[in-house]
Amino acid sequence: MSTLEIRNLQVSVNTETGAVEILKGVDLTIKSGETHAIMGPNGSGKSTLAYSIAGHPKYTITGGSVTLDGADVLDMSVDERAKAGLFLAMQYPVEVPGVSVSNFLRTAATALRGEAPKLRTWVTEVKDAMDALSIDPSFAQRNVNEGFSGGEKKRHEIMQLELLKPKIAILDETDSGLDVDALRIVSEGVNRAKDANNLGVLLITHYTRILRYIKPDFVHVFANGKVVEAGGPELADKLEAQGYAEYVGS
Amino acid sequence: MSVLTTNILVPHGREESWRFTPLNRLKGLHDGSAAIAEHRSLSMHSEVTPGVSFERISRELLPSLSTTDDAVMNRVREFSLDVAVLKIAANTEVSSPIHLSRKTFDLNAAEFSRVLIHVGSNARATVILANTGDTLLAEEIEFKVESGAHLTFVTLQEWDSKTVHVGKHHAIVDKDAMFKSITVTIGGSVVRLLPTVEFTGPGADAELIGVYFATAGQFFEHRIFVDHCVPNAKSRVNFKGALSGDKAHTVWIGDVFIRANAEGTDTYELNRNLLLTDGARADSVPNLEIETGEIVGAGHASTTGRFDDEQLFYLMSRGISVEDARRLVVRGFFAEIITEIADSEIQDRLMQRIDDELVKAGA
Ligand SMILES: Nc1ncnc2c1ncn2[C@@H]1O[C@H](COP(=O)(O)OP(=O)(O)O)[C@@H](O)[C@H]1O
Ligand SMILES: [Mg+2]
Repeated sequence: MSTLEIRNLQVSVNTETGAVEILKGVDLTIKSGETHAIMGPNGSGKSTLAYSIAGHPKYTITGGSVTLDGADVLDMSVDERAKAGLFLAMQYPVEVPGVSVSNFLRTAATALRGEAPKLRTWVTEVKDAMDALSIDPSFAQRNVNEGFSGGEKKRHEIMQLELLKPKIAILDETDSGLDVDALRIVSEGVNRAKDANNLGVLLITHYTRILRYIKPDFVHVFANGKVVEAGGPELADKLEAQGYAEYVGS
Repeated sequence: MSVLTTNILVPHGREESWRFTPLNRLKGLHDGSAAIAEHRSLSMHSEVTPGVSFERISRELLPSLSTTDDAVMNRVREFSLDVAVLKIAANTEVSSPIHLSRKTFDLNAAEFSRVLIHVGSNARATVILANTGDTLLAEEIEFKVESGAHLTFVTLQEWDSKTVHVGKHHAIVDKDAMFKSITVTIGGSVVRLLPTVEFTGPGADAELIGVYFATAGQFFEHRIFVDHCVPNAKSRVNFKGALSGDKAHTVWIGDVFIRANAEGTDTYELNRNLLLTDGARADSVPNLEIETGEIVGAGHASTTGRFDDEQLFYLMSRGISVEDARRLVVRGFFAEIITEIADSEIQDRLMQRIDDELVKAGA
């Protein structure tokens, strides 16, 4: 049982014209087994929240706290956060030239498990994870995210989620750019990871579409750098009908 | 052992072609003050197969095939004991790579070495020259790639830390022939290589690729010259370098000359450098001179940058430590070139050396 607690989180981003405040006091608590949807318009700060929790160097924390089971996440290096059990499926996964998917996955698994996985079981593990997400086996030899289509990148993110078995996962617009079939395949992957590891999920999305496949226990409306309304799944239906107009510009 | 006495012009460092080279570290290779070594370090390790021969020929019997105004190369021509000749007869297809090596541990005298690699018409071969140990070496390798032949030449500078190596690798590529070189420079104190290409027939093709990795105090220079002096020839140049540590210095010069008669030329050259720490310096000078507009294409690009934060973040967000993430990125950076070497044992050995250098440099 794990708990990720975000308290009054304030974050600014460094730009050419100085620091710009993006997150203006975010409060959220995510426990193992729970799925929280964060829904908000473009530019409201959703990715900033995700990156800040994962430790991206571009963002400066100006106030508040993030803890995982009481441990200070903000004090950890990026890899320590992953080792503590956090995972971020990125909205824009990064290309790493010359590094094969297979080498990357094995290096990550070795780092997270503290020892190199046994070769024979590892090969099966990776093959099964790829099969489950309808990823072609030739992917293992390709360079990380290089030349991947939008959908392939997202499947690759969720494959990592299944292989690396974090405690809490943040999924940043994993649904964007997916056609209906890919959306279903990717969602099933998330649900498998939830069931297998009692995963806690922070599901960031712009649209309600993915919530038909991944059922949220809580829905938070995000606007202008903070949570402006919270409720159950029914809040998503309201957003579906009315959009974000009510929340923006306030 | 004799001491060089000669009236060949001595470079002073102000000459365009010497302006980056630390002459005071050349141990007298350039000014005649080096003692001449008696040994011949080049040897062949592959079995002799039909159509392949390796022998030494008196230099009087074998004048150089090209002209040079390089002071060190002129000394090589004057003082080499003989010429090592690797010959692949016309129409011979050599299926596995021919392995040559130099392994020397003599820093008191300089070896002046002339080599000719001659590939007859329509022959095909890969030659891999691995250099290890420590030495003072001035070398001229000429390649004669006859019409329709294909030669891949891999040269591995895996020297220890004290080597001074000045070399010219000059390819003469005839009609419809293909010359590909892969140059790897990861060891030595001063390495200055001049990979040059001269086309002698239309439809000739040259691809010069390479990697270099300089750590604290090392100076590695690659000065490329491709002379498009015939119509419809193609050239590609792609060198990637990484630097780490105080006073690591690399120089990459890419001179491409498209002469007035070289219609239909297709050329592109690229140099990318990765600066892993402060205090290192990468000079990169692409230079394209064009005398005719009737060409297929001509371009160049040069970039010098640091680690990509986004790449490191992505890898680290999967639990990979910063050291391992950097190692992966550097390996990945070099992989594009290293994987072109048709020998997986050599690929692994080079990647291991790159890892070791990275650890030593503490980047
Ligand atoms: N590197 C940056 N430079 C300048 N502005 C940025 C940068 N990153 C994010 N922002 C700004 O921060 C705000 C929130 O961005 P983001 O977190 O990506 O929103 P969302 O994911 O909700 O679309 C936007 O107004 C965006 O323009
Ligand atoms: Mg976003």
